Amino acid sequence: MLSNMTTTASNNRTILTTAIGAVLAVAAAFAAASFAGPATVVAVINASIRGTVPIALGAMSGIFSERSAIVNIGIEGMMLIAAYVGFMLNVFLSGPNIPAFLQYEPVRLMVALAGGVFVGGLMGLLHALLSVRFKVDQIISGTVINTLALGLTGYLYLAGATTSGRLPPLIANPFDESAGVAYWIGEIIFNKGIITYLTVILIIAITIALFRTAWGLRTRAIGEHPRAADTLGVNVYRLQYFNLFISGCMAGLGGVFLTLEAVGSFERGMTSGRGFIALAVMIFGKWHPLGAAAGALLFGFATALQGQLQFFGINIPHQFIGMLPYLLTVIVLAGFVGRARPPAHDGVPYEVE
Amino acid sequence: MSEASITATVSPRSPGLLRRLVGSAAVPLLAVFTAVVIGAIFIVLAGFDPREAYLGLIDGAFGDAGSMTRTLVKMTPLVFSGLAVAFAFKGGLFNIGAQGQLIIGSVTSAWVGFALQVDLGNPTLSAIVHITLSLLAGALGGALWGAIPGLLKAYTGAHEVITTIMFNFIASNLISWLLNAGSPGDGIPPGPLNDGNGVIARTPQIMETARLPVIFDPPGPQALHLGIFLAIIGALLILLLIARSTFGFELRMVGLNPSAARYSGISVKRITVMTMVIAGALAGLAGAMQTLGVNYRYEPNQSLGLGFDAITVALLGSNNPVGVLLAAFLFGAMDAGSTRMQFNSGVPSEIILVVQALILMFVAADQIVRAIYRIRGEGGIGQMLSTGWGQR
Repeated sequence: MLSNMTTTASNNRTILTTAIGAVLAVAAAFAAASFAGPATVVAVINASIRGTVPIALGAMSGIFSERSAIVNIGIEGMMLIAAYVGFMLNVFLSGPNIPAFLQYEPVRLMVALAGGVFVGGLMGLLHALLSVRFKVDQIISGTVINTLALGLTGYLYLAGATTSGRLPPLIANPFDESAGVAYWIGEIIFNKGIITYLTVILIIAITIALFRTAWGLRTRAIGEHPRAADTLGVNVYRLQYFNLFISGCMAGLGGVFLTLEAVGSFERGMTSGRGFIALAVMIFGKWHPLGAAAGALLFGFATALQGQLQFFGINIPHQFIGMLPYLLTVIVLAGFVGRARPPAHDGVPYEVE
Repeated sequence: MSEASITATVSPRSPGLLRRLVGSAAVPLLAVFTAVVIGAIFIVLAGFDPREAYLGLIDGAFGDAGSMTRTLVKMTPLVFSGLAVAFAFKGGLFNIGAQGQLIIGSVTSAWVGFALQVDLGNPTLSAIVHITLSLLAGALGGALWGAIPGLLKAYTGAHEVITTIMFNFIASNLISWLLNAGSPGDGIPPGPLNDGNGVIARTPQIMETARLPVIFDPPGPQALHLGIFLAIIGALLILLLIARSTFGFELRMVGLNPSAARYSGISVKRITVMTMVIAGALAGLAGAMQTLGVNYRYEPNQSLGLGFDAITVALLGSNNPVGVLLAAFLFGAMDAGSTRMQFNSGVPSEIILVVQALILMFVAADQIVRAIYRIRGEGGIGQMLSTGWGQR
């Protein structure tokens, strides 16, 4: 009962913080728009969104896993391998001897997306197998996944593999420039790929599912006190396997976003630490989907700003601007967020009696 | 974790340790063997010859004197960086920041190495003083980079996993600025530590006096420098520090149960900061080994990924300094042999990472190995090296 109340309280506070952040961001956007012109502001916002999506999805992956008492430092590896599989499926399906209906671009891209996400889920299951069935230290299990992903994708990397096409914008901007503000808002809301929209929906859905459904209650219970949940008839292991599969799928979606929606090609180690940043963002958001999303947005915004600051004529070496997202995260964390309390049983293997 | 296993870890002298080690040597060896076999399957699936690949690997790591020195030279920084991660784990902290601490350390040691002129009349004496100062600079740079997350953890509660990750990125940006070659055409001056070559981001060469002495120089590109001995001594000192000193006792106590440590009067804040300072210094020394022993300057990518291999090495060595030595030797050998493997057989060197991941997996999940080879014995306790995100 008590823990339920504190959860609700922190829940409300997170929502409040997110709301204040959103209002401030909108105000800042308007201020900047009058100063730098709407095109720049819209460019910064769109770059922020592009930077936010994979990190937010990685953070969701972390939440599924850690709310189920399993520390997940393997997000990076899950993202990387899914990015690779999504890309290679797309390449393979555009090759010879493939039936025409699979070659058809929307089908091909969806199959590639699903394949990448599924393989991400399989990596999640591997993490579950090692840490639930074999009680391997969960940091080790995550490290295995990261190393394995870096090795496998590098080993199977095909130099020069190219593909035609990536996920197109789902809805085109219906306004044209004569529409003024509506056009600029349209530029932000529309012209995005399917994964971007999916991310927004998923964040909301996960928040509701985690705090308003039986599944969410059980998941939080096994994260805090698996013995109690077990006593009340929750199948702890089965729930952990299920949630770890979904965790892998989330990371996989983040990885697939990189190759199928954002870039359109695969490079060795292309996740370049995004999985670790997602992990940081998850802790930053105190294991709450909305908090993590806010953290991802902060990070995405700082990343986008770094690309734009030069255009504002601010003359500092670009490396210092490059530090911005990371410094900002540390400052916000140390100054405002402070101590983060993980799910009580996070990282501790559970033994059914 | 059961009560018995806690006492076993805490008491400085656990009886039967040697017997346990000998008795359980079979399982890690079989784990390596199994990983190698699965690696071979991957090699066959990609259409290569596994025999040729593995012979190339062994030849490149141990084939002749030059290969063996290459193994030892590759192993040296892994020992220090592995210790940096393992030591922090002992204190209950997850130091993902070895990479950042390491590159800061390699640059600070390079700076003292090239900017300082040491001439005491006697060349040997000058070298001893200059090398010591350069090593200290490397350790100090790394210690500083480790101290910040330690202080933030102790006084604001900011989680070290986040801050060390962020400081990796901050370090690489800082180094990139310090070393950038500039662009005279656009009026961008070179960074403060650049050697002014106009193209490459690197420091000037360090002085002769700052170079780690070569102790064995077989034919081939890689001479063996003093670093390997420093690494072994370092590992033993860390072992003593953890197992025999008051600080080590407090460190392990904070690592196992910070609340209990606090109630017994240990300053958890002080231990937290000190743990990160020492871990950072160790990582800084790893960077200094590369700068002072191999490259004789800091060049970009000279220690790419070393800080992340360090996590694997520490975990494979069960956070035990002697274990770290063995794991670093294994990884150093694989690293040293991978080039020849790729050259001889055409197998991409990344297969090494796959095998390393599998080794770690089978060593950690020894139940799998025991099941495959029908080894009896309890096993599968799934030793806990970390306690989640550690509360304090």
